Amino acid sequence: MALTRKDVEKVSLLARLRLSEAELETLSSELAQIISYIDLLGEVDTEGVEPMAHAVEVSNVFATDEVKPSLDREQALANAPSSNGRGYLVPPVLGS
Amino acid sequence: MLRAATDEVIWCRLFWGVDRHNSDRYFSMSLLEHSACELLQLLEEGKTSSVELAQAYLDAIEARDSQIGSFLRVDAEAAIRRAEQIDRRRGKGEQLGKLAGLPVAVKDVLCDRETKTTCASRMLESFRPPYDSTVVAKLKAADAVLIGRTNMDEFAMGGSTENSAFQVTRNPWDLERTPGGSSGGAAACVAGGMAPLSIGTDTGGSIRQPAGLCGVVGMKPTYGRVSRFGLIAFASSLDQVGPLARSTQDAALLLETIAGHDPQDATSLDVAVPKYSATIKQPLKNLRIGIVREHFAEGLDAEVETAVRDAIKVYESLGATVKEISLPHSKYAVATYYVIAPSEASSNLARYDSVHYGYRTDRAAMLKELEEERKELETAGDQAGLNSLDSPLVRMYRQSRAEGFGPEVKRRIMLGAYTLSAGYYDAYYLKALKVRRLIRQDFDAAFEEVDLIASPVTAQPAFKLGAMADDPLSMYLVDLYTVSANLAGLPGISLPCGFSSGGLPIGLQLQAPPLGEETLLRGAYMFEQATDWCRRRPSLER
Repeated sequence: MALTRKDVEKVSLLARLRLSEAELETLSSELAQIISYIDLLGEVDTEGVEPMAHAVEVSNVFATDEVKPSLDREQALANAPSSNGRGYLVPPVLGS
Repeated sequence: MLRAATDEVIWCRLFWGVDRHNSDRYFSMSLLEHSACELLQLLEEGKTSSVELAQAYLDAIEARDSQIGSFLRVDAEAAIRRAEQIDRRRGKGEQLGKLAGLPVAVKDVLCDRETKTTCASRMLESFRPPYDSTVVAKLKAADAVLIGRTNMDEFAMGGSTENSAFQVTRNPWDLERTPGGSSGGAAACVAGGMAPLSIGTDTGGSIRQPAGLCGVVGMKPTYGRVSRFGLIAFASSLDQVGPLARSTQDAALLLETIAGHDPQDATSLDVAVPKYSATIKQPLKNLRIGIVREHFAEGLDAEVETAVRDAIKVYESLGATVKEISLPHSKYAVATYYVIAPSEASSNLARYDSVHYGYRTDRAAMLKELEEERKELETAGDQAGLNSLDSPLVRMYRQSRAEGFGPEVKRRIMLGAYTLSAGYYDAYYLKALKVRRLIRQDFDAAFEEVDLIASPVTAQPAFKLGAMADDPLSMYLVDLYTVSANLAGLPGISLPCGFSSGGLPIGLQLQAPPLGEETLLRGAYMFEQATDWCRRRPSLER
C-alpha cells in the first residue's frame, strides 16, 4: 500500500501533531520506506492464527472493590501547565 | 573474595595516574571496581561505609561523566543524606534491606516522587511524579542509595541514546561511539565505573543491546516478572524493567529486589520470585544450548560471529550439548515489532495533551498565529481551508506535541497512528499480532529441545555516533536479535563474550523460556566463571 503525503497530513491530525512542510516531506518518504519493509509480513500465512495481544496471556484479573485514597486536587494539579487551583485551564472550546 | 586483578591495578594507574600504594586513593578507587555483592560484604564487615561508597561514586561521576554523559541528573546531597541514614541504622544494629548502602542509578523513565522524571523529553522536562513507581519503591525499601537518573532515547525510542532531548551519551570504550540504547546511560554508567548497579527498561532490546555494546551484564526479565506500575509507558505489551550490572551475580541480586507480583500492574505475574542469588552458582547439568540457524546469516560481523561461536565452545567444554535449531519466523520479528511497538506507542503517548501535565506551547503566540491563518484564508475566500482550520484547543494539542516531542518520537507516533487507522488496522496491526503468535510458537517448539538459546546481541559492535542519524530503517534493523524476546515475552540476558580488534565489547545473548530467569542466570554465571570478559574495564582518562 503506497503511502501518500495526503495520508501523512491526515494522520498528523489524528495524532494531534502539527508538522512543518519539511517534516511532512521527510516523514512521507521515511514512513513509506518503513511501511514497505513492514509489507514483508504479507508473505506470512496467518490463516487460522489467533492474534496475540500480550506475551503472557493473563485474563480476568480482578481487584477487590474497595475505596482507596487517590491523588488530592493539589497534587493532581501540581504538574498542570495552566490551572486556577481548582481545575485545568485550556483555550476556549466554544465560540471564541 | 576481593579480587586484586592485575588489570584492575593497571586500570587505576591509567585513570588516575597513581600507584596502588597511594592507599587511600587506591581504596576509594577500588570501591569503583568491586562487584555489588563484594561491596555489600565490605559494608557488612565495616570495611567501608555507605557514605564512603556514595562519595566514591559521586566523585567518579564528577570526574568522568563530563566525558561520558550517562547521567541526566545527580543529587549528591540527597544521596549522601540517604547514605548517612543507612550508616546510622547499620550502626544501631537495625535490620537493613537487601541493597543497604549500595548506589543504584535509575533510568529516567521510572517515576520517583523525590525527583523529576523526564524520559529525556522536552515534553516532561519539568514533570515531578506524584508517586513512586513500584520498582523505585522497592529499591527504596531495600535501602539502596539512588544516586542519579540516567540518560536514554526519548521515551525509550531508539537504540543509540542519540534521541535524548538533552544530551549525548558516549561509549566508555570509545568516546566517538554510541553506548547503544535506549538504556544507554544505564549501561555507560556501569561500564564507566560510575554505578555498581543500574536499572534499565527493555521494549525491543533496550537493556540487552546497550549492555552488549558497553561490555556489561544486562537482563530483560519475562514480561510480567517486574511491575510496570509507574514506568512511563512506551509499548505496554512489550515493556519490561530489568537490571544492568558488572556481573551476573549482581544482576541476580538486583532482579530479585525489583521482581514480584504487584496488584497495581494487572499484567504482573502472580508467581513467587526465586532467590536467584542463592542458586546462581549451581552449574546446570546436562545443559542443552540451542543455536539458531537463521541468526548466523548475512550482515553478521565476522568478529562478532567468532566471539559468539567461541562462547558456544566454552559451553561445550563445560559439558553442554549444542544443537542447531530453527526459528523460521525470526526474519519477520523486526517488521512485527515495528508495527506493534509504534501502534502501542501512538496510543500511550496520546496522554501528552499539554493539559494535565507536560509541556505546553506559548498560548498567546499560538492564538495569534491561528488568527493570522484565519484572516489569510478569509481574504483568499478559501472556505475549505477555513473548515479544516484547527480549533484553538486542537491547535494547542498539535503545537504543544510538535514542540515537546523529538523527531523519532513523532515518527513512531505517526507510524503507529497510521497502522492503527481505519482501513489499515487489519492489514498491519492485526496481521502483526498473528505473526507474533507464530514467533512465540517457534520458541515454544525450540524450548522443547533446548534449555537456552545462545546468539549475538547485535550484528555489529558499537557504531559511531551519528552513523545512523538519517536512516531510521537501518537503525530499526539493529534490533534484529533482541526484539523476538519482547514479542514472545521471554527473558534474555546479554553478557560480555569478547572484543573486536578495535577494542569494542561484544555481547552474548542467552534466552530462556518464560519465567526461566533462574536457568538463564545460572547458565550465564557458568560462562562468566569460565572466562574473564566480565572483568575487563575501559581505561578512562581524566
